[in-house]
Amino acid sequence: MSTAISLRQVQNRDLPGASIAELPRSAPAQQPVSVARARNLKKSYGNVVALENLNLDIHAGELLALLGPNGAGKTTLVRMLLGVARPDSGNLSVFGVDPYQGQLRGRLGAMLQVGRVPETLKVREHIDLFSSYYPNPLPLQETFEIAGLTEIKDRPYGELSGGQKQRVLFGIAICGNPDLLFLDEPTVGLDVEARRLMWSQIRSLIGRGKTVLLTTHYLNEADALADRILVLNQGTIIAEGTPAEIKARAMGKQIRCTSRLTLEEVRQIQGVLSVKADRNVFELQVNAAEPVVRELLQRDSWLADLEVTNAGLEEAFLALTKNHNTESKEN
Amino acid sequence: MAATTFTVALATPRRSLSRTFSLYAKEAKYELINKTRIPIYAISTVVFPLMFYVLFGIVLGHDNPVNRGETATYVLATMGCFGVMAVALFGFGVSLAMERGQGWLQVKRASPMPISAYFLAKLFAAVVFSTVIMLLLLTVGILFGGVHLLFATAAKLVGILVAGSIPFSAMGLAIGYFAKPNSAPAVVNLVYLPMSFCSGLWIPLFLLPHGLQVLATFLPPFHLAQLALNTVGLAPNPTPSWGHVEALVAFTLICLGVAAWGYRRDEGKTYG
Repeated sequence: MSTAISLRQVQNRDLPGASIAELPRSAPAQQPVSVARARNLKKSYGNVVALENLNLDIHAGELLALLGPNGAGKTTLVRMLLGVARPDSGNLSVFGVDPYQGQLRGRLGAMLQVGRVPETLKVREHIDLFSSYYPNPLPLQETFEIAGLTEIKDRPYGELSGGQKQRVLFGIAICGNPDLLFLDEPTVGLDVEARRLMWSQIRSLIGRGKTVLLTTHYLNEADALADRILVLNQGTIIAEGTPAEIKARAMGKQIRCTSRLTLEEVRQIQGVLSVKADRNVFELQVNAAEPVVRELLQRDSWLADLEVTNAGLEEAFLALTKNHNTESKEN
Repeated sequence: MAATTFTVALATPRRSLSRTFSLYAKEAKYELINKTRIPIYAISTVVFPLMFYVLFGIVLGHDNPVNRGETATYVLATMGCFGVMAVALFGFGVSLAMERGQGWLQVKRASPMPISAYFLAKLFAAVVFSTVIMLLLLTVGILFGGVHLLFATAAKLVGILVAGSIPFSAMGLAIGYFAKPNSAPAVVNLVYLPMSFCSGLWIPLFLLPHGLQVLATFLPPFHLAQLALNTVGLAPNPTPSWGHVEALVAFTLICLGVAAWGYRRDEGKTYG
């Protein structure tokens, strides 16, 4: 229960209203503090299963990417965390309470996929209105600056380009100075330049100590932004790890074996991206299996139960790639 | 796992009273600004009743100099009712259906905006547009149609018809929660045009077949029009006003019930 103690200390040190999500990122690094937690979430629409026994923790101050193809359940999950949809079963808490009760919304911000936004209102009018919904919003100028809206604040929404429109939605998400932000596919349909700009804006949020959940179906986007990636496919999380681990698993191989080597010795082998050990059973993520296997056998003549498999993410990433391709054709 | 994570429960900051007031005011203000900047809405809701009023109330009434002012006053009441209905049904119903179906309401619902602010803003916009329409019709009637009304009577007429925004906004709310964004305008037209005709807003009821006259007593615009005609003393068969008020209240409650059902259905539903 040392976590609870350290948390209490942290809270005492700060102002009563200050949130854990605004702490320096280094503070909770060792023992992650969960700001949102889901256990065994289930949701189906008729016969279609959207989420199946989903577990998730969002840690304070991190940027967590939820990577998955269209229809994987990303939006459903975001909507539940926001408290605008309800799971069929399972436990869900955000800042310790059930988000569906609605009292949390002042601390959350959301950039959702939306078909149409009132077009005659000007950018600053949209931001002014949404700022008024929140108890402690950012000053308007600050929102304009963070979201890159200063130049276009007097233009009607309907006259903006796709990238500018996304920035307005981003501004709407951050104007309330929320502790936890949900960005649901923030760069979908944007060209390369607009996407880069959005990325730098998202990164600046992390600099401000916000906790962010980002959904995307671009692996490179999750890689560029996230501290941690969850891969969601057909309503289930099929992989979790740092961007490097996920990339390795997406492209590389997995080696399992029983060995007398220590964890540290295995880790030092060239080509090993990550390694997990359970007693003497090792699980290695590698780019190419052959050189690592050769090295393992050389170092440990007792090595047994050797097993090389594909990383196991092909299905999800095949779907990702497919979606990606269709989309580039459309654009 | 349980040892390494800890869920934080901290109080959510409350909105102060002045901020709450400013929230409702801004929602109403921007709803109104948004509507005035949509030309098709502003034109169709304001210009159509005005055009019909000039045609039916003034140009056609001109042939009959004896009770020219009377015709203009009668049509002022019925066309005013027609105008108020359009504002509420399109401004509330169609815009709700669109914002709901196109995901904009979701964005607002994900924010801490109280849903009452959203509804009150739409009602406010309907009241403002209705007032503008009534004042325009009244001015045209006085200047060109020979309408003579005491100030108090004119004020009461405008007041009654503008208050008529409430039942029709309730109807718009119900339609908005069931109609899809693309079909909402058609649904509203299908309800509102026949209902206006059958309630005697286009052609006075006493000129219509008996069957329609009976049917009219079941239609809310008939009751609003009767209240307006009672005010200017032109109801052909004056009936006590409270009966019409009761009918409109009952109609409002039914619409709110349907809307509440739709609201609950919508909150439970998701779009993927």
